[in-house]
Amino acid sequence: MQAFTQLNGLVAPLDRANVDTDAIIPKQFLKSIKRSGFGVNAFDEWRYLDHGEPGMDNSKRQINPDFVLNQARYQGASILLTRENFGCGSSREHAPWALEDFGFKVIIASSYADIFYNNCFKNGMLPIVLSADIVDSLFKQVAATPYYKLQVDLAAQTVSTPSGESFSFSVDAFRKHCLLNGLDDIGLTMQHQDKIKAFEARHQQAQPWLYN
Amino acid sequence: MAKTLYDKLFDSHVVHEENGAALIYIDRHLVHEVTSPQAFEGLRLANRKPWRVASIVATADHNTPTNGWDKGLAGIADPVARLQIETLTENIAEFGAKAYFPFMDARQGIVHVVGPEQGATLPGMTVVCGDSHTSTHGAFGALAHGIGTSEVEHVMATQCLVQKKSKAMQVLVEGQLGPMVTAKDVALAIIGKTGTAGGNGYAIEFAGSAIRGLSMEGRMTLCNMAIEAGARAGMVAVDDTTINYIKGRPYAPKADQWDAAVAYWRTLQSDAGAQFDLVVRLQAEDIKPQVTWGTSPEMVVAIDGRVPSLDLAKNAVQKADWERAYAYMGLQPNTPISEIRIDKVFIGSCTNSRIEDLRAAAAVAKGKRVAANVKLALVVPGSGLVKAQAEQEGLDKVFSEAGFEWRQPGCSMCLAMNADRLEAGERCASTSNRNFEGRQGQGGRTHLVSPAMAAAAAIAGHFVDVSHQ
Ligand code: SF4
Repeated sequence: MQAFTQLNGLVAPLDRANVDTDAIIPKQFLKSIKRSGFGVNAFDEWRYLDHGEPGMDNSKRQINPDFVLNQARYQGASILLTRENFGCGSSREHAPWALEDFGFKVIIASSYADIFYNNCFKNGMLPIVLSADIVDSLFKQVAATPYYKLQVDLAAQTVSTPSGESFSFSVDAFRKHCLLNGLDDIGLTMQHQDKIKAFEARHQQAQPWLYN
Repeated sequence: MAKTLYDKLFDSHVVHEENGAALIYIDRHLVHEVTSPQAFEGLRLANRKPWRVASIVATADHNTPTNGWDKGLAGIADPVARLQIETLTENIAEFGAKAYFPFMDARQGIVHVVGPEQGATLPGMTVVCGDSHTSTHGAFGALAHGIGTSEVEHVMATQCLVQKKSKAMQVLVEGQLGPMVTAKDVALAIIGKTGTAGGNGYAIEFAGSAIRGLSMEGRMTLCNMAIEAGARAGMVAVDDTTINYIKGRPYAPKADQWDAAVAYWRTLQSDAGAQFDLVVRLQAEDIKPQVTWGTSPEMVVAIDGRVPSLDLAKNAVQKADWERAYAYMGLQPNTPISEIRIDKVFIGSCTNSRIEDLRAAAAVAKGKRVAANVKLALVVPGSGLVKAQAEQEGLDKVFSEAGFEWRQPGCSMCLAMNADRLEAGERCASTSNRNFEGRQGQGGRTHLVSPAMAAAAAIAGHFVDVSHQ
């Protein structure tokens, strides 16, 4: 997993509450064999005017010009600004996969669905909780300022605006440590490699038939 | 201190403990086509190798068609499904496995049927698979968990799983089951009593004389349904039945290790005086053939019962649930179960597609005809080997002559990912494990029953009590 420390990123506003994982990545794409490549189908039903199916050439599809992420000023955005209860619905890990593949590294919202929140960390993304008031003011600033960027600093736990305002956010110390160091669950477990090997040796001696 | 079977299995696999979570070592990793591709992809992207290839046993089951095998891979109509199946083959070729039973292999089948049948599931093992019904393997005195795709990758890369220890529940079924009352009925009766959330946070050990009297097939059916009771794992202690089943299977310990293995396996039972956090008791003689009426396995009654009326609901939440279920299932409260007419029958799934299940269904169907109102009665063996065994015993002929369709092995209409499915409004007597809305096809209505009950319903065109025939 990629470490996350700081980001000075373009902000895309998705001004809706309760965006569910089905909206983030519709179910027909779960038949895919990949963990990557969901980005082109992130928010598929909002982004395109036609119905999407796996395997379609998305470059030939009808783009919905009204959908915010299709607007020129938000191309290349790496921070998604949205409203409360983001990521509700099913536990599909395809939702953070799609957002990450689309290019988002940070999400800012006033609250998240639990499972989605956890899944983000597993995939090297930082979901930030700021108060509804701050989120609201950020929405206004994004609308008023083309190519609006925010500076996110995980070590300092701050989000800073171009005008120099700074908001702090909280994050679980263990998750912060993992993200800062790019440690995914696998990376962490690998820190115990010697213990795993030692266990394996003992286990094999005790139950050799498991190792035939 | 006296230990439960669960304690013994869990504690003997702890590699490391930190902040209340343990790293437990995984002995057997079962892999299938639907939840593995992203995990393999993850390994590839991170440039990782599987920690112990010899722990992996793989097969294709969820997406595979149950007919048209003469056309081979080309017979898989859905190209996305075909690609998923081909991808498993490629991934196994690249990363390796102890054993792989690809689409159309003589030993291919539902992963939870194939593992035990090959002797790849052994007592004392920790077993995982990217599938919730992995609990099945607990029938062997193993600790078996279903896991998600991230965890599939985690296990492949590290041979470990991060786990918090569950609480221990004992389900005690004492006495003698009545004629034609099966493990499926016991499982449904337990879920009817505990509810589908009753096992949340628990690992269940099934015990008591009625459980000891079950065959391995029956114990697998029971442990398979532990997940429907909300439990991560179900298990049964090792005894002669377990050991006799394993002996001589392809991946079972060979002669030079056999005695040592058996000696260890015999310790895999809860010690006298071991404490459980919860004990649930059922009397075998009280259990009748069960039929689910609603959209959750806990919505179940005995065959001589009726669809319950709202005044029996525990609370407002359950009332609302039942009202939604009546509407979805197209049933009125108080309807006698035996008056419910069916459109389709499905005999199969990792719950009930083993040889004993097919024998039980065939015994009921022998010399009879599927009722005119039943449009389709499918028999889908759990594996190629189950199919071959059944054919050797002539069961395929019994089914065909009675008007059932005899198919190739796979998950089939248990989850309707392939072409076998219910159409909207169709009602099915099914030996599978989930009667959720849309599970067997959008708008389809599922009634969970035992194989004998499913066969009897196929013949009668409605549910009937096989224990009174
Ligand atoms: S038979 Fe059904 S429950 Fe069992 S593994 Fe297949 S889809 Fe899952």
